[in-house]
Amino acid sequence: MSGAEKITVRVTEVTSLNELVTRFRFERLDGALLPTFSGGAHTVVEMKDGDVTRLNPYSLMSDPFDQTAYTISVRRDDEGRGGSLFLHNSVRVGDEMVISNPVNLFSLDLRAKKHLMIAGGIGITPFLAQIKQLDRAHGNWELHYACRSVALGSYVDYLTSTHPNDVNVYYDDQEQAIDLENLYSGQPLGTHVYVCGPKGMINWVRGKAAELGWPREAIHYEEFLAPQPGKPFEVKLAVSNKVIQVGEQESLLEAMERSGVDAPYLCRGGACGMCETRVIDYTGNFIHRDHWLDDEEHSSGEKIMPCVSRFEGKTLVLDR
Amino acid sequence: MTLQFNDETFRDDYSFHNSERAIKRFPFPFDKDSYMYAVNMEQHRGGPSDSIYEKRFDVDEHYVSEMRDRAMVLADDPLRCQSLPHMTLAGWDLLELIMVSKSEDYPDLFELHRDGDKWHWVNKPLGIDDHFTFMDGTTLPYGPMEYITRQTQGDFCVLDQRDDNLWMDAGTITTQADWSLDFDIGMNFFEWHAPVPLAHEKGIFVRALKFLLNIQQGAPARRLNWTMTVNPLLDTSPENYHKWGIQKTSLTPENIGAKQHLRVELQTFFRLPRSNALVFPIRCYLCAFQDLMTVPKWGRRLHRVIRDLPEELATYKGFIDNRPMMLDYLSKFDDGLPTSNGIWPEIDSEPPLKSD
Repeated sequence: MSGAEKITVRVTEVTSLNELVTRFRFERLDGALLPTFSGGAHTVVEMKDGDVTRLNPYSLMSDPFDQTAYTISVRRDDEGRGGSLFLHNSVRVGDEMVISNPVNLFSLDLRAKKHLMIAGGIGITPFLAQIKQLDRAHGNWELHYACRSVALGSYVDYLTSTHPNDVNVYYDDQEQAIDLENLYSGQPLGTHVYVCGPKGMINWVRGKAAELGWPREAIHYEEFLAPQPGKPFEVKLAVSNKVIQVGEQESLLEAMERSGVDAPYLCRGGACGMCETRVIDYTGNFIHRDHWLDDEEHSSGEKIMPCVSRFEGKTLVLDR
Repeated sequence: MTLQFNDETFRDDYSFHNSERAIKRFPFPFDKDSYMYAVNMEQHRGGPSDSIYEKRFDVDEHYVSEMRDRAMVLADDPLRCQSLPHMTLAGWDLLELIMVSKSEDYPDLFELHRDGDKWHWVNKPLGIDDHFTFMDGTTLPYGPMEYITRQTQGDFCVLDQRDDNLWMDAGTITTQADWSLDFDIGMNFFEWHAPVPLAHEKGIFVRALKFLLNIQQGAPARRLNWTMTVNPLLDTSPENYHKWGIQKTSLTPENIGAKQHLRVELQTFFRLPRSNALVFPIRCYLCAFQDLMTVPKWGRRLHRVIRDLPEELATYKGFIDNRPMMLDYLSKFDDGLPTSNGIWPEIDSEPPLKSD
């Protein structure tokens, strides 16, 4: 079986925070306690949407030490393939769902003298759990949180009321922006930076740090990619001896699973490296979208991450 | 089955011994008649009844004496147990994992009663009955990692995970096969494995690291490793090489069956939930050659493995000089009959040794 261990849960609360974001609370169906986790961990939520099964990762935002329930907050993506729309439109209190054990690809570096957190939009969720963890250990942290507007500022009120001195909020529509260069220059030695948000923000935070000479290991980031729709394509799976069609609205990984191939996976968002697959032969172009392979590997035509990447062309043969 | 704990030593007079039951459940590490490195990982989710794989943390007849030996090593050399400051949370994770596992797996030996963060731990074999506050180090006589590993067989490496690597940032290491925590502390996975021959060239460590980084909560893994030890010494550390290294020259054709031990490590890997660290318990099992030879399949196989082992490995494992004497002894237990696949003794199905 691929992926992390599964947990069967019941949805016990669905809370609309604003026009885009809804929070879901899960408790174990058997009444037992959930595993503890570390701040920054995510769970993979299984969604049975008609004939299609989607598995999407969402950051756990609840207190990592609270074993009675997990909560996630989901931003509706009207352009996406429907995972978030399914959660928003079809999931109700009382529903049974299957989620995975927590997996952490965005862990705190516990050696840090200070944790500097930079969040954009829904990227706030892993920090909510990390802040709970750090508060318990009397950790030193500071949050800079950029939102589009007051109306879309999920958890701003909660954060500013509980931590008025550590939380800084910036509203795009009021033309407020994080003064990153100044922020970096005021940090004590041993500070680690964590960024979660849109791709542009991650690149900006990483790029500026590199420019100023910060050590690469001190900058941590997480961006889950949702698989994007694309043109259908055909793939030959050499080990399974199958030829499969990848539809417009499904990922290569999902198409393999639909065809009964037990391909390895973990995060399903291009970050963990678990689904890395060797390319045996191809004629055409790869559309690489993952964070796992480096530029050289992307251009080599030797590897693909089927959870988020696609292909356009005549022939693709994979070692799976 | 009620365990009888041996009163035995792993030093001086070496009164260590395996009962017949312990021999039958010894983790013989060779699944076929030859050996080469492999990333031989499998899931650690139980195993055959009374095998060393059955429980998450195996407790056997050597438990009480092994813990006594660990206390002596730590008294002589406190640096065998170290935890860098950022690893305290992982220490609590480990304490929780072991207390929960042992109290569930051995309810007649260990009890854990929890009321919020007020915990009550009872360890009957060692006569311990302690009340403490979880996550409050001032309520325990040692740090959480040291406290629980003084009560658990096997060495414990607690590895921090960051920068796509694992870091040897904490551990209790008193039963090791010639490596030093004090030397390795703070090293990453490639640094501490640097002395191992052949495996780097085979890309073993790159693949092993990738596997370990992806070990998930609730899905532990395990593998076996092995070496050779003259006399049943748990503490074959570099720090004490001057005491035990010389003993390798004490082997004679007359005493080799009793003195030469196959040393097998059951290595397990658990993701620790609160810290996202990885704990790597290395449990050492010792068995004298003469006891191994009571299992015909193991007699035949051990001779073939040792005979055909590449010279680099026999050198690295420290028995190249004694290999000829070992082979003289072992060859008497190899009648050339085929052996069945797998590590289990198969006493009922494998033929007894053919006598000349």
